[in-house]
Amino acid sequence: MPTALERTLVVMPAFNEEESVAAVVREVFAKAPGAGCLVVDDGSLDSTAREAESAGATVLRLPINLGVGGAMRAGFKYAMLHGYRNVVQVDSDGQHDPAGIAELVAQLDDYDLVLGARFAGVGDYAVHGPRQWAMRVLSSSLSRIAKTKLTDTTSGFRASGPRAVALFARHYPSEYLGDTVESLVIASRARLRVAQVAVAMRPRAGGVPSHNPYKAAVYLGRAGMALFVALIRPRVVVAEPPVLV
Amino acid sequence: MSTAIYILGIVAALIVLGVVIESLRRHHLRERHAIWWLGAGVIALVIGIFPQLLGWVAGLLGVTVPLNLVFFLSIAVLFLVSIQHSGELTELESETRTLAESVALQDLRIRELEKALAEMQPDARPDERGER
Repeated sequence: MPTALERTLVVMPAFNEEESVAAVVREVFAKAPGAGCLVVDDGSLDSTAREAESAGATVLRLPINLGVGGAMRAGFKYAMLHGYRNVVQVDSDGQHDPAGIAELVAQLDDYDLVLGARFAGVGDYAVHGPRQWAMRVLSSSLSRIAKTKLTDTTSGFRASGPRAVALFARHYPSEYLGDTVESLVIASRARLRVAQVAVAMRPRAGGVPSHNPYKAAVYLGRAGMALFVALIRPRVVVAEPPVLV
Repeated sequence: MSTAIYILGIVAALIVLGVVIESLRRHHLRERHAIWWLGAGVIALVIGIFPQLLGWVAGLLGVTVPLNLVFFLSIAVLFLVSIQHSGELTELESETRTLAESVALQDLRIRELEKALAEMQPDARPDERGER
């Protein structure tokens, strides 16, 4: 029987990441042996697709830019079509350490959706000021909805088990923050079991997290909007996973 | 009311109807989008021809200034049409998204098939496989 990692597809949404994508793909192959690696080129204008291919990844080329949520749903569909049980989302900018993939996948025996959390005590990633308050408000509301303690709900480093993959292949929001916040609500309301695991994060390759209070307010507003919309939408029901042989 | 104003009202309604019907004819507009504008045009034409009708309906509804009824109905129609357009836009975006996904999935399948085919026919030159 193949190991959990061999039945796992690492999906990397990439938009104009030609400088980092190849290195991340190689790191994924080295640190998550056996896992498939799919780079979803989200309508990049640079040579992201070629770089990823040269590093050995399978590349799905979206003809137009759909955003992270759009790229991920395409990845979930690919996973369903090719019989992968699990999907792990990894950013192609190198922010996520692929060493964490195996830890996330290990939790999928007991949970359907496992988030890699940045603030759970490992690594040196930190956010301060208004943005931190905004993220706290978001985390506490989502913790209540998911019925488990979540400290980093906007983390893009997450593993989905078979039930979550089936759900997300059909329902994965492409709105801003929809891919993180709303998808969590969709999963919780579909009665998927959610958990978080502490993972180390590396600083972002480019750009610094904003500490501008105005931007933090806008961020909180948009997050609140995403949360509100997710809660008023009808609940999605997922079928029980097929019995494993 | 002067004759000039009376004629202006009718001509304006006819222009609206003319534009909508011509757009329908040329497939610029689909029926379900045109129906609102057709309705509005017909009402405008009827009221243009029989202006006293407006005063009568306004009195019936208890609207003191008949012109306010016109503004209210115009805003209501514009509001409903905008909502309908936003809805259609959302639907189009989600359809575009699904199409983009399936284009990408098929593009990958084609590339993999081409690669497999090239491995089966090692002597085939690239231009014989349709590559430019």
